[in-house]
Amino acid sequence: MDNNAILTMRHISKNFPGVVALSDVDFTLRSGEIHALMGENGAGKSTLIKVLTGVEEFEAGNIRMQGMEHDIINKSPQMAQENGISTVYQEVNLCPNLSVAENLFIGREPKKAGMIDWKTMNKKSVEILGNLNIDIDVTRSLEHYSLALQQMIAIARAVDMSAKVLILDEPTSSLDEHEVEKLFQLMRQLKANGVGIVFVTHFLEQVYEICDRITVLRNGCLVGEYEVENLPRVQLVAKMMGKDFDDLSAIKKDQTACNKKECESIIEAKGLYHAGTIKPFDLVLKKGEVIGLSGLLGSGRSELARAIYGADKPDDGELFVKGTKILVSAPIDAMKHGMGYLPENRKEEGIIPELSVRENIVIALQAKKGMFKLLSKKEQEEFTDKYIELLQIKTASRETPIKQLSGGNQQKVILGRWLLTNPDFLILDEPTRGIDIGTKTEIQKLVLKLASEGMSVMFISSEIEEMIRTCSRMIVLRDGRKVGELEENELSQMSIMKAIAGGGENE
Amino acid sequence: MNKIKKMEGNQFLLMITILLFVVMYIVGIVVFHDKGFTKTQVFLNLLISNAGLIVIATSMTMVLITGGIDISVGSVVALTCMLLAWMMENKGIGAVPAVILVLLIGVVFGLVQGYLVAYMKIQPFIVTLAGMFFARGMTAIISTDMISIKNETFLSWAQAKMYMPFGGYVNKKGIIVNPYIYPSVVIALVILVLIFIMLKYTKFGRSIYAIGGNEQSALLMGLNVRRTKLKVYVLDGFLAAFGGFLFCLNTCSGFVEQAKGFEMEAIASAVIGGTLLSGGVGNVFGSLFGVLIKGTIETFINFQGTLSSWWTKITIAALLAFFIILQSVFAKAKEKKK
Amino acid sequence: MSKSKSMIKKVTGFRLFLPLACLFLVLIINVIKTPSFFNITIQNGVLYGYIIDVINRGSELVIFAVGMTLVVAASGGTDISVGAVSALAGAVCCFVLSGGEQSTDFYHAPYLLGIIAAILIGMICGAWNGFLVAKLRIQPMVATLILFTAGRGIAQLITDGQMIYLRVDHFKMLGASIPGVPLPTPVFVAIIVVILTYILLKKTAIGLYIETVGCNSKAARLVGLNSTMIQFLTYTFCGICSGIAGLIITSRVYSIDANNAGLNLELDAILAVALGGNSLGGGKFSLLGSVIGAYTIQALTTTLYAMSISADQIPVYKAIVVVIIVTLQSPEFQKMRKALVAKISSGKTVKEAA
Repeated sequence: MDNNAILTMRHISKNFPGVVALSDVDFTLRSGEIHALMGENGAGKSTLIKVLTGVEEFEAGNIRMQGMEHDIINKSPQMAQENGISTVYQEVNLCPNLSVAENLFIGREPKKAGMIDWKTMNKKSVEILGNLNIDIDVTRSLEHYSLALQQMIAIARAVDMSAKVLILDEPTSSLDEHEVEKLFQLMRQLKANGVGIVFVTHFLEQVYEICDRITVLRNGCLVGEYEVENLPRVQLVAKMMGKDFDDLSAIKKDQTACNKKECESIIEAKGLYHAGTIKPFDLVLKKGEVIGLSGLLGSGRSELARAIYGADKPDDGELFVKGTKILVSAPIDAMKHGMGYLPENRKEEGIIPELSVRENIVIALQAKKGMFKLLSKKEQEEFTDKYIELLQIKTASRETPIKQLSGGNQQKVILGRWLLTNPDFLILDEPTRGIDIGTKTEIQKLVLKLASEGMSVMFISSEIEEMIRTCSRMIVLRDGRKVGELEENELSQMSIMKAIAGGGENE
Repeated sequence: MNKIKKMEGNQFLLMITILLFVVMYIVGIVVFHDKGFTKTQVFLNLLISNAGLIVIATSMTMVLITGGIDISVGSVVALTCMLLAWMMENKGIGAVPAVILVLLIGVVFGLVQGYLVAYMKIQPFIVTLAGMFFARGMTAIISTDMISIKNETFLSWAQAKMYMPFGGYVNKKGIIVNPYIYPSVVIALVILVLIFIMLKYTKFGRSIYAIGGNEQSALLMGLNVRRTKLKVYVLDGFLAAFGGFLFCLNTCSGFVEQAKGFEMEAIASAVIGGTLLSGGVGNVFGSLFGVLIKGTIETFINFQGTLSSWWTKITIAALLAFFIILQSVFAKAKEKKK
Repeated sequence: MSKSKSMIKKVTGFRLFLPLACLFLVLIINVIKTPSFFNITIQNGVLYGYIIDVINRGSELVIFAVGMTLVVAASGGTDISVGAVSALAGAVCCFVLSGGEQSTDFYHAPYLLGIIAAILIGMICGAWNGFLVAKLRIQPMVATLILFTAGRGIAQLITDGQMIYLRVDHFKMLGASIPGVPLPTPVFVAIIVVILTYILLKKTAIGLYIETVGCNSKAARLVGLNSTMIQFLTYTFCGICSGIAGLIITSRVYSIDANNAGLNLELDAILAVALGGNSLGGGKFSLLGSVIGAYTIQALTTTLYAMSISADQIPVYKAIVVVIIVTLQSPEFQKMRKALVAKISSGKTVKEAA
């Protein structure tokens, strides 16, 4: 056992209904180190942190803090704080209606004669923020300040709780370079004081700039713990993305229906821009091609897809469908021009949980047809049976509520929903996440089949292997910009990872 | 200029309310000065007739700040009045024990509602809707007839005039008549101030604001959200009963139909006073002005003489609509900025 | 054993189990307490009896419940203004037909005009609520609070605070009965409203749209639905229902009392929806459930009357019913129940092992 370890988590397991979120994960944090916790979506980073901070319960394993005789179980964030663990979450978890000073001190306000001493509180707040070179009016309510400032205030709060363990969960996503530098200064200072910092981020540059050690998780399992200097960037990306060697290698791409250069373009975007997520972006998509969007989380891969579909209305830019300019102000407009979109977050944006498989399948076509042209019961049942058959959806009946299906089958239902609308262009955002290997293979095969029949597909995934297998062209994004475009013959693990990792000085 | 810029949207809403009250009062003075609108007593009557409502509106403000609502208060007031009248007149219980008993019942009432809201996570509207039914029905079960209070101790409280040392005028007989208030007004204002202090200067009070601002964040910052909510509804139950007691001092009777629509008046007062119905923002003094505005409208209608009572409802609803839409516009503008 | 268990599960899992069970319970109590409850007599060619009374008196509530069901399903909120709107609609109708006179024994305007005016005013009120909820995104309860407060005031403004009496036999027919027809007219109106709504929901996609929007509004948008429009329509529809109900209420007493017409019916309507097995959080709904719920409440009310409990005391029992139903529905309670069941069953296996 590491003598220097201030926090050790051993054999942590946690299940959500139907999903294993963490399985036998170990994590060790030493005092005076900055430890990066890495992994793609669904890897289990957030769950591990929630378990540690008492937001979620866990089923097996133990957590021990240095200097404590016994295992600790944090039943609430309050208890975690008492045990010396402070957390700054990705979403700013402060109260927008309270003043800056209050947000720093709530729950531990300085008091005078039993009453909150606002004067002292404000004075102390100015001092605390002063240490971070932040000079703002602490008596104004938080909502007046930018997200970046709010994030700094959250960090200031956590630091001031004199924590032994500080957890920073993607704190930099809303900060600009200058602010990140400020944050790093602070982190180094804390490190020198012996605080252990867990740093969750998807910016590789930042990991290599500030961290000492990296723990990588994938699909709820521990991949390993590494010293930063011993792990080149490309290898880190490989470890995060993983290589599921399944029977997929059997899939061979058919020669695409026609020569892409001559094919008509289906979608063309010019200068598509969405504040904060994508910089002006140009994109051309041809008939029958599968275009992959790659990049780490937050690179703009999903946001680009959403902007095209009208899920988030772009702030600027033009969109052409088959050469004619269209205006998309809501998804229905995009649908009418032959688009379909399978969202990244199946649970929140995909399924309509209480409704049956049948209703979930026909809803998009029905919305497209309009209120008064109801598909007859017979048609609905035929369509449903057709897609249950075609996609081999395992369900007790057509009328089973979709929430009772497994994740993979839910995803197939949503795929069926879009196939039923017979789109020219289908956006699939992480269609295989949290799905068993068998279903993954089926979905990938289906994508290739659809493309060979002339449909254009935009495929977004954090698994490189499956992208290589399915995509005929790939665009790599970083910070909302296109940083690379790879043709089919250039596609390889190495080339993609290099493009994602960028810089390359660590090779 | 700088100061205006610094003023927050909520304070802006409160300013509008205060300004509205002042303007209305000035209009009243201009229009009805010959009918005696300028008398200090007219203003004090606003407070006297609304002492109970002030307490209820204060309590409602607190509940609204957590993002909840309590529509049972009107019925609780009726139940309180009825219980007081029944205990003192039919059961011969003394005034003091009767008052203590109804306050206790208020606490228990709040405890049940609070448990269902905080621990069972049932929508506050539904819970307090049931509470509203229950309290009103219980009132009828106790007695369907009106009971007048003749208990001497109670009446002595109700009729204890406290004369003001100023603002007197000479009446027709040449005697100086000083304006007066009743103790209920003093008690209501003291409660208002106490709740203000509680909201501003205690951890409990600030937790209330934090929960209304963002419940999830409040939880993650280590606040005990459920217990705080429970406490709020218990306090609210207590204050509803207390407001009922003050209300009873004015009416000195208990009957089933009493204080009907009181909850809506309290909510309207809070909203007009700048409390956001989405929670997190509110000021009990704003609610006081909300109550005063409502009272002023009623006084207008009294003085005018030919206008009918329903104009009160319509005007209050119009004001309510105005402020709710204003709030929504503010909220949208804020979202857009981000 | 497991077969009987699955049978029980099948029966209790049936959507209309809860409302039907409640209705049944109320009726059984009646059989025991008031054996005459099911007696039906014929007087002057019209049917009389407690059971007829339930069906008759429940008509307005059924109509309210139909509108409320759609509002709850689409927005997860309730429209508390329905009672006040019905009073307003009734006032408008009486005002139009009486030509502004306080008491009249002939129509001053065509009957149809009065009907249209009432329904139109209901529709306008509903549209206003819908605008606030769907477009301005104000919480439904708060948005409808405005008309809840103002509705009766405006109604009084129209009637000048007086009761308006329409002593025309023709006017009474809607609330009483048409000569030669053995059942009261309101029953038919309620049935027509239910059937029309049912057809609207089954023959167009609006039912599916409403459920989708109420269930997951984010997903609804991504599949191309305009949730603003759908919510707006449900509130407007609810307003129309209130208008129709207002007409019946007015016709029953051939007068309008703006203070008391439809009083507290919004609460009964919400209760009917909940009792019908519909989640007050929105989403999937059963129109039939709400209708059964409405009749159950009316049966309960009539029962309590029959047991000579005064009208003022009835709310106590309704409140207890509400609390029980919503507690049973609440996820927290389900969690507690599951934990308890797990505890018991694990205790059982331990015992068996021993």
